[in-house]
Amino acid sequence: MRTFAFARADSVERAVERRQGEPASAFVAGGTTLLDLVKLDVMRPSRVIDINALPLKSVERLHDDRLRIGALVTNTDLAYHPDVLADHPLLSQAILAGASTQVRNMATTGGNLMQRTRCPYFRDPTAACNKREPGSGCDARDGFNRMHAVLGGSDQCVAVHPSDMCVALAAIGATLTLQGPNGEREIDVADFHRLPGATPHLEHDLDDELIVAVTLAPPLKPLGTAYVKRRDRAAYEFALASAGAMLSLDEDLIGEARLALGGVATKPWRCHEAEALLAGKRAEIAAFEAAADVALADAEPLSHNAFKIPLARQAIVRALRDAARVAREDNA
Amino acid sequence: MSATPEHHVVGRRTPRVDGEAKLTGHADYTVDHRLVGMLHGYPVPASIAHGRLEALSLDAARAMPGVVDILHHGHFPDLHRSPNSMRDGDAVSEVRLPFEDNRIHYHGQYVALVVAETFEQARAAAFRVAPRYRQEPGAMPGLAASDAEGSEAGEYTRGEPELAFGLAPVILDETYTMAAESHVPLEPHATLAEWREQDQRLVVHESTQGVFYQRNALARIFDLPEERVEVISHYIGSGFGNKLFMWPHAVATAAAARMLGRPVRTVLPRQQDMMTTGNRPASRQRLRLGAELDGTLVSIQHDSLTETSMVDHYVDACGGVTTSAYACDNVATRQRILPVHHGTPCPMRAPGEVSGLFALESAIDELAVALDMDPLALRLKNYADQDPQRGLPWSSKHLDRCLEGAAERFGWAARDPRIASMVDGDEIIGQGMASATWFAGRQPCAARVTLLADGTVVAACGTQDIGTGTYTIVAQTVAELTGVPIERVEVQLGETSLPAGPLSGGSMNTASTLPAVAAATRDALAALKAVATGPGGDFAGLAPESLGVESGALVAEGRQASFAEILAHRRLADVTGEGNAAPGDERREYSFRSFGAHFVEVRWDPGISRLRVARVVSSIDVGRAINPVAARNQVEGAIVMGIGMGLLEGLDYDPRDARLVNANVSDYRIPVHADMPEIDVELLDYPDYRFNELGARGIGEIGLTGVAPAIANAVYHATGKRLRDLPITVEKLLASDEAPTGL
Repeated sequence: MRTFAFARADSVERAVERRQGEPASAFVAGGTTLLDLVKLDVMRPSRVIDINALPLKSVERLHDDRLRIGALVTNTDLAYHPDVLADHPLLSQAILAGASTQVRNMATTGGNLMQRTRCPYFRDPTAACNKREPGSGCDARDGFNRMHAVLGGSDQCVAVHPSDMCVALAAIGATLTLQGPNGEREIDVADFHRLPGATPHLEHDLDDELIVAVTLAPPLKPLGTAYVKRRDRAAYEFALASAGAMLSLDEDLIGEARLALGGVATKPWRCHEAEALLAGKRAEIAAFEAAADVALADAEPLSHNAFKIPLARQAIVRALRDAARVAREDNA
Repeated sequence: MSATPEHHVVGRRTPRVDGEAKLTGHADYTVDHRLVGMLHGYPVPASIAHGRLEALSLDAARAMPGVVDILHHGHFPDLHRSPNSMRDGDAVSEVRLPFEDNRIHYHGQYVALVVAETFEQARAAAFRVAPRYRQEPGAMPGLAASDAEGSEAGEYTRGEPELAFGLAPVILDETYTMAAESHVPLEPHATLAEWREQDQRLVVHESTQGVFYQRNALARIFDLPEERVEVISHYIGSGFGNKLFMWPHAVATAAAARMLGRPVRTVLPRQQDMMTTGNRPASRQRLRLGAELDGTLVSIQHDSLTETSMVDHYVDACGGVTTSAYACDNVATRQRILPVHHGTPCPMRAPGEVSGLFALESAIDELAVALDMDPLALRLKNYADQDPQRGLPWSSKHLDRCLEGAAERFGWAARDPRIASMVDGDEIIGQGMASATWFAGRQPCAARVTLLADGTVVAACGTQDIGTGTYTIVAQTVAELTGVPIERVEVQLGETSLPAGPLSGGSMNTASTLPAVAAATRDALAALKAVATGPGGDFAGLAPESLGVESGALVAEGRQASFAEILAHRRLADVTGEGNAAPGDERREYSFRSFGAHFVEVRWDPGISRLRVARVVSSIDVGRAINPVAARNQVEGAIVMGIGMGLLEGLDYDPRDARLVNANVSDYRIPVHADMPEIDVELLDYPDYRFNELGARGIGEIGLTGVAPAIANAVYHATGKRLRDLPITVEKLLASDEAPTGL
């Protein structure tokens, strides 16, 4: 049997300490990614550190009104938290569009940020995958790549970042608090996930660190949000394309717009140019379509996923339309 | 639903007699059996689909903790291939023996079996086995990637179909394709094999739909007399056809148990289950229809090509349904098969016919559009009052009632046939329909019924309950004939030590098993009457035939004596009856089929290209439903499976090298609860006593037939897009720009 050392950490410092000198170590919280991948022989940790006892399970409102989410808050608790529902409905909508009730009950905020791609070649240890085994090649690029990325890919990797929650975080804006052997630091969520480039095995800006909290940017007000997730079946499936939209309206003019995409990119995909285009425009379909075109201007299809571009376009337009409707209702 | 008189048990909604055992974990599935000294097998699957295994490095794996042995081509006994005969009852799913040579014919083919003290040890060591392959070019990823025509595998002709097609004023010539599908039974395949020293027997627990087929095949393969092999399968977590006949994991496991002198259990992980235990093969079907202007069909030609593997010749006969579906004088079907580098296909729920009906019922819908006719009216116009293939009357056919009754409940008359004409907010409602049909067959069956002195009854038959409710309907039949409460009837199934029973397949189990159980029950009652009327009996001196049976007692002359009293008074522990049943001369006089109709409503949101099935209304004519609650469950489950076939399911093979990419239940998409539409099933109640004394034709498959074309037809109504390739996924809806005219 493949053996590994198992330790339960009772403090954040201790958890980080236990990781030292053990490059193949892994933290385990809900286990919804790690356990599957260990059983598939894709992840082979030599040491597993259980962090479930750490005091990272609360959502706090900071003095500046921002919400600070402990890394061990479960997806379910986060989605139904009254402050999240009040300030950041997009986050709740995105989380509830993902996985299943059972998975959300186990999965944590930190774990969701760390979840691995669903690329089938990554999950098959006999296939070529630069992410799993650097330098082995990429079977997906010219293989069966219906589920793969049209944005942010490289010759080395076109695997999609699978999270719904992270799409909402990208749109909302957030700061991650990381604890390392040399203390704590903060990083913008937009910089946390890395593009694959020539090093797809390096997925995060992490240096022997543990995510301890996610602090959300202050909410936009008045606000309309919508998360539109397109997938083959109605639930329990990763996105083919998803769009998270936030709009503030001043009469019928867009104040600020936020837009992020899932299911189509190698990392949670914020669409700054599209947002800039929307600001000050009338909230109508033509503007949403123009924004979608800008958001997808750089999209490059692979052999089996050209459909993702028009599908993402539709998801963007629908998400913006619905967000505007909600904002209008709130204004009324 | 027809009312069933209170005192009848057959035909009454009956909770499963094995429900409590399943809910409390007492039902012993194969993996629940643990034997002393048991070892665990874990197969090593080939990571290529076409080539040779050049070397197998085992040192690292052998050094892993708990590893006892590793079986492979160079370390495996000489065995015999099974003759693979349906007639002799030794059919297997894949004739090639495991590790027979070093050729690799499909991704997942076993190259080794690691045997270790625990499951986890076996799995960890299996990951350390290091095969070296020489991959060969030219892997066939599936028939969709080729224009090869395959080889002939059967044909049928009546009349002059080509001539009639040439003369017909309205014709249709279209091609329909379907992806390969996986069965995805909840319980994966599992084998536990033990070579028992004390009685020199091979005892195998297997999740199988046919214990006797597996017994016979193991006997041939290991060169043993049949009576020295025992196969046990008390509970099965469904199979849908991929547990009908034995697969190589069972052979490898039995061989390992013999080599090592210890019991060995192998449970296939889901990935390997999907790679190595069959699939519904992909198909390409060309339909040519010719019709008069009034809709009368004058020609049907149905050419089918289905996949088989490199190691077997599996034929998924798509045209089998077309020969008798409509009253048409000129019909031809031609079947061809094409070997591809996949695991061997096998029957999957309504094999052949479900694929064939997708093509035929889609084509009929297209023809209706071309004729500007209601598709329901077109089907009634060409209604086959008798079997046009055999020229015989149907034993019992009420398809017209199905079509009209389901249409009524669905509200078909209110449908606006114009495309995209029914709008609700962002969504367009589409409505479509199709007919359903499946053949009715029977197999020989033997059964034994024992009346015991404690007043209970034991019924035994070597068939299986694959989760459909066979335990319950056997108990109902015995309770009906004896008047003993169903709680006091024990049913024993799933062992080759019991009287030989049929496969649980082809929807044949009910019609095959229950007549034998009924015969055995009557035989046991006759034996009891002989006891009761014999010297010292409760009815000594009376003629046995003068005795009646009521509520677990014999009655005559106003007196009654319970079975228990009668046996006690004669100091007997029990009496036993044997019964046999088999299809007879009825086949010469009638044709037997089940029928049905599905009406489907889809909702299409063109703004985000989202398609969902919203509503299914079905009427099903299967003769008598022995247990209506289980029968309805079969149809509802089949409709769900049909939604998977229509919109979601397909095995994805790498186009370069035929590797199976989505061998897991995340990437191979079956419907989830959120996909469930409103389902309304009506079971017609026309007992078919020409088929058997219970009037039942079986219900496992029919609910699936016709669902996918009804969906595709509804999609056309909603979108104007005629999708002729299953599953109807979003990229096909986005890509299809066919003009909404049908032809």
